[in-house]
Amino acid sequence: MKYLHLIWAALFRRKTRTFLTLVSILTAFLLFGMLDGVRTSFANVGKSAAGAKRLQTGSKLSFIETLPQSLQARIAQVPGAEDVAYANWFGGAYQDPHNQVFSFAVSPNYIDIYPEVDVTPAERKAFDRTRTGVLVGDVLAAKYHWKVGDKLPLQSNIYPNRDGSKNWSFDIVGIIRATRPDDKQFLQGAVLMHWKYFDESNPYNRGRVGWYVTSVADAGQSDRVARAIDALSANSDHETKTMTEQAAMASWVKQMGDIGFIVVSIMGAVFFTLLLLTGNTMAQAVRERTSELAVLKTIGFSSRAVLALVLAESVLLVLLGGVIGLGLAALLGPIMSAGSGGMLNMPPVGAASWALGVGLMIAIGLLVGVLPAWRAMRLNIVDALAGR
Amino acid sequence: MGNLIEIRDLAKVYTRGKQKVEVLHHINLDIAEGDFLALMGPSGSGKTTLLNLIGGLDTATAGSIGVGGQRIDQLGAGALAKWRAANVGFVFQFYNLMPMLSAQRNVELPLLLTKLSSSERRQRASIALQLVGLADRASHKPSELSGGQQQRVAIARAIVSDPTLLVCDEPTGDLDRQSAEDVLALLRTLNREHGKTIVMVTHDPKAAEYANHTLHLDKGTLVEQAVA
Repeated sequence: MKYLHLIWAALFRRKTRTFLTLVSILTAFLLFGMLDGVRTSFANVGKSAAGAKRLQTGSKLSFIETLPQSLQARIAQVPGAEDVAYANWFGGAYQDPHNQVFSFAVSPNYIDIYPEVDVTPAERKAFDRTRTGVLVGDVLAAKYHWKVGDKLPLQSNIYPNRDGSKNWSFDIVGIIRATRPDDKQFLQGAVLMHWKYFDESNPYNRGRVGWYVTSVADAGQSDRVARAIDALSANSDHETKTMTEQAAMASWVKQMGDIGFIVVSIMGAVFFTLLLLTGNTMAQAVRERTSELAVLKTIGFSSRAVLALVLAESVLLVLLGGVIGLGLAALLGPIMSAGSGGMLNMPPVGAASWALGVGLMIAIGLLVGVLPAWRAMRLNIVDALAGR
Repeated sequence: MGNLIEIRDLAKVYTRGKQKVEVLHHINLDIAEGDFLALMGPSGSGKTTLLNLIGGLDTATAGSIGVGGQRIDQLGAGALAKWRAANVGFVFQFYNLMPMLSAQRNVELPLLLTKLSSSERRQRASIALQLVGLADRASHKPSELSGGQQQRVAIARAIVSDPTLLVCDEPTGDLDRQSAEDVLALLRTLNREHGKTIVMVTHDPKAAEYANHTLHLDKGTLVEQAVA
């Protein structure tokens, strides 16, 4: 610690250069904090305990292929299947095409399969008897100031209604809330409409559903139930693939791209650039201080002490920028989540991200410092003092 | 008083590319404890090389150097660094202060290598600055001080760990006449009143007048010894 003022002073010898380098490091670690959050949230997708008790059945070919609605009754007959619901992707936008909302046309029992969310009995009754009724998540309702009784115009980016227009009108009849008040559930940011109304009102998709959700009585029997469900459609024109909700989500994400790989690739490119930039800064900073480092050695600092000072300076530089960047990511994540009204659920920068981040900072600091530190260590006092 | 420095058959050869240049030839020299010696000679005569060898900044090609009974030519790099920290203070022509540190912090630098506490370091640096007449400039950075003041801070840094030997390489070479005289007077005070042994390289005969002895080097050989 007694050398800290010396390291600090050396670091800020050229304030502008150090500030600009710090901004680069800060930006890289802000990005790291955000992207690692995205990677973590995708990796954790569907990892709820209840998820293991729910199976999702979709087309074996692609998640955009639909299945016959008649399959519901047959799935319900599979031993171990408790309840079977189905849903279609609606692809709704509110007011502006940019305001995409997660909106699904669902079977009447859909909400029953998700015990982690609930609506009041009165609202549930209202939903059951209102053909154009929708249930909206409380997070989404808060974002757009929706309340029960409001008309909800949604524009589907896929399905036209009976008039040929993609503008649909619904009535908000209930609010979906998490069963546990401190919980956050995906359906709190969604709109659920009647599949029957959707099915009868659009000319394209009569009697077809996007996927089935089956609750199983015993999670330990999930594999067997899944195989039995898929056997129902084997060798048909609508072969299915049944998996746990978690696996289904992961599979769906994989069809969009390997998020983990994308994140790691982006961060790799960012950190590689950072390595070159910071490495150049450190090399320049040490080169400028050749005579000062020679003086330190002259007055008795050992070569190893000089090596340690330069390495410490380099690590401190990256740690400073990195911790501020990660701290900003930790602050901005929840703000962005709140601002998105539940559409974007950025997890807080967790202990694992901090540990990985700080580890990266130290590694980058050591990497960019090792060459200039080595040069400083090998510095010949007489030559350096003579300016050779 | 006995000899502080004893040099025997000292030679230094530099290798520049394929060429070998013998800078010092078989130097024999004794410097008494408490002496103030000026080394003079033309450029390239080997005076700075000799000073560097005495101060343990460079290693001899042949011969021996004893300082305070210690054969410093036999010390490894690490031991030599420790020896310098404990026994030698250095004053350079261009002051060589850390530009980003205050005068106080510059003077404290050698004390970072000791086990002194932060307050003890601060106290000793303050005393050293007081001794060179710059107590009121402790918080100033080198860029806020004149050349003469910077050199006095450098002298404070050189004496703060109370070394027996001060090696000064052209300490007045970058100063105006008045500042040079102030610095030389300070060195003489350190020699006479504080018993520091001083070896000073200079081109300036007036500077050499402050020393007790002057030695002349030419082409790597001691050619003349004069008593001031």
